[in-house]
Amino acid sequence: MPLILNEEEQMLKDAAAGFLTEKAPVAALRQLRDERSESGYDKDLWREMAEMGWAGIAIPEAYGGLGYGYVGLGLVLEQMGRNLSVSPLQSAVATAATLINIAGSEEQKQALLPDIAAGTLLVTLALQEGRHHAPANTALTATFKDGSYVLNGKKVAVIDAHVADKIIVVARTSGSAGDSTGLSLFLLDSDTVGLSRERVIMVDSRNSGTIALHNVTVGSDSIIGEPNAALEALEQTLSIANTCLAAEMLGLSLQAYETTIEYLKQRSQFGAVLASFQGLQHRAADMFAELELCKSMVLATLQAIDAQADNVHLLAAGAKAKLCEVTERVTNEAIQMHGGIGMTDEFDMGFYLKRARVAQQTLGGYSYQLDRFASLSGF
Amino acid sequence: MSDLKQFRADTRAWLEQNCPQSMRKPIMDETDTVGGGRNPTFKHPDQKLWMDAMGAKGWTVPTWPKEYGGGGLNKEQAKILRQEMIDLQCRTPLQGMGISMLGPALLEYGSEEQRLQHLPKIARGDIWWCQGYSEPGAGSDLASLQTKAEDQGDHYLVNGSKIWTSGADKADWIFCLVRTDNSGSKHHGISFVLFDMTTPGVTVKPILLISGRSPFCETFFDDVKVPKENLMGEQDKGWTIAKYLLTHEREMISGIGGAAKKKFSEHAIDAIGLVNGRLADPVLRVDIAKFELNALAFAKTMEKVGDETKSGKGLGPASSIFKYYGTELNKTRCELMIDVYGEQAMGWEGDEYSAGHIPRTWLRSKGNSIEGGTSEVQLNIISKRVLGLK
Repeated sequence: MPLILNEEEQMLKDAAAGFLTEKAPVAALRQLRDERSESGYDKDLWREMAEMGWAGIAIPEAYGGLGYGYVGLGLVLEQMGRNLSVSPLQSAVATAATLINIAGSEEQKQALLPDIAAGTLLVTLALQEGRHHAPANTALTATFKDGSYVLNGKKVAVIDAHVADKIIVVARTSGSAGDSTGLSLFLLDSDTVGLSRERVIMVDSRNSGTIALHNVTVGSDSIIGEPNAALEALEQTLSIANTCLAAEMLGLSLQAYETTIEYLKQRSQFGAVLASFQGLQHRAADMFAELELCKSMVLATLQAIDAQADNVHLLAAGAKAKLCEVTERVTNEAIQMHGGIGMTDEFDMGFYLKRARVAQQTLGGYSYQLDRFASLSGF
Repeated sequence: MSDLKQFRADTRAWLEQNCPQSMRKPIMDETDTVGGGRNPTFKHPDQKLWMDAMGAKGWTVPTWPKEYGGGGLNKEQAKILRQEMIDLQCRTPLQGMGISMLGPALLEYGSEEQRLQHLPKIARGDIWWCQGYSEPGAGSDLASLQTKAEDQGDHYLVNGSKIWTSGADKADWIFCLVRTDNSGSKHHGISFVLFDMTTPGVTVKPILLISGRSPFCETFFDDVKVPKENLMGEQDKGWTIAKYLLTHEREMISGIGGAAKKKFSEHAIDAIGLVNGRLADPVLRVDIAKFELNALAFAKTMEKVGDETKSGKGLGPASSIFKYYGTELNKTRCELMIDVYGEQAMGWEGDEYSAGHIPRTWLRSKGNSIEGGTSEVQLNIISKRVLGLK
């Protein structure tokens, strides 16, 4: 498949850019932060996005989605990255809906995906337990007893935890931490007895949270997919969700970069515009090259996901690692090249810097992804 | 479709019959390549057989029109020929500046007489061409060139010198940038001329490089008479052709270290080994992972730009990074190669580890980011032309 957008995809990209610039710019994020928003996102905006079909963009038509694939979802997320738009698209759609679609039974998909696609059901994934992303190290236990499963343990870094209607909890039903088998996915209502949630506001002013499970007792009908064999579906989902994060980071980086280039053309010091200094020109040109590589990696990976290519894991690890590297550099340079004004809260660049670092760390940062890229390459 | 299938079958059969077995092995170094010329050197007689066979068919330059000695193939047919040659591991039968640089420029800017005079000889490997671009005072700043060509009625009188003329000591003809007018801007007054290297007044001195080889020369012109009909394009407007060829050259250089090489990590696995599936040297593993990731992302970028061009969008700004990024990547690769094979890789003479191959390639790679416009010039071009920083 050629590495270009077709006409339909280009139209979607343009439409997303227009809508988000108007309805969900950085100013909207700033307002959510300053008003200490209860939900942490704009529910009216989310409804509008769902009405345009974005919540179901990558969900198959058979389950109420648009069946547009991950190239489409990636294009929307790239524009959200440019505007730092806040919504549950990453948690509920790119991650949870993807996992349900890959692992779920026909009945579960019918029951859940149409509501996610409509924007009326928020589901999130509770995976991480320690400081770092490490799926196989899951220790939270689900013990089978008297025909039911009893879950005990804690999860951290659960995005949108306090606003989610349902939570998919990755639990260990056999073996011990570090084993690649023995993991199962439990779908829990967030008001289940024994489940408590705590909201965490991250440095990028977005929602995260912790959940604690104390003797949560559920039947085996709560399990999504096959018990003890969740890791493969989970890894497929994580590759897709990380690629979606990379798409968001691409938009974020491009916007931070372009804003900086414009600033260099306007700001004068020593009687000359900053743009005329070669020390800045070469750094800007080198970043341009790196960003071109990022664009190609993200598009190639999104296309590989839609084509169900056999190298999706390798490409996804590569795309996320590359975007982690470049996003970190571009946002740091954006602050540096803006000088003092870049350090002020009044100026937007700080929001880009903060969102960048959270997105980098989410679902495995640079070292995790580069290590994975090397392992998948056979060394 | 069936026409193309038939073409593939015919091509395959012809290659199997005409390509000697010894020409179906990977090219190891430059003595394995063939440049032709009036006084050709062949390491093996099969090289001549293979060059002549392909030259007679026009397949040394498959897409050039038949009347100019080419194969007259369309893009699909040329692709099939390429695929079948790769599949049978057939070596490129003939290469050089004539095929890769001057030929395309002649097709674009040459007169009909010039095309008929030069192209068939290039296709058959009869004439070895070299390129007279850089001068001692005009390297990265090429348009400052001062080699003078005075109008003497029926000929130009050329005086001056060139440097970094690849293969000038072996070349039969040169395509050369000369100054015919010094009065206007530096881009005006440059002309593009062709002349025979045996013309009285031409002397050549090879330059020994750090790699121990002498692929480049200094070339001196002392009252060299160049007939007027050897001017290509318009007088004083040769910069257009120069730019066209520079772009072409940069694309070629950026491809260095690209396709058809063994995956880098395989070298590392062979030389260092794995422990629990990971390269035994954890620090080097990180460096190699970074390199391979960048190589992959760069390959995807070349592919993307190729697809954009094919879709009719034209060559976008992304192509401006190729020369810069490709050569820097290749230098990194050569440095990592030393880390992978260790101290013994640095052997210069002797049989073990095909001594000298790794350090010579490493030393040669230092020129990649200098020739055809330095990395710094490339960054200037991106800054000014693409980003508008000035």
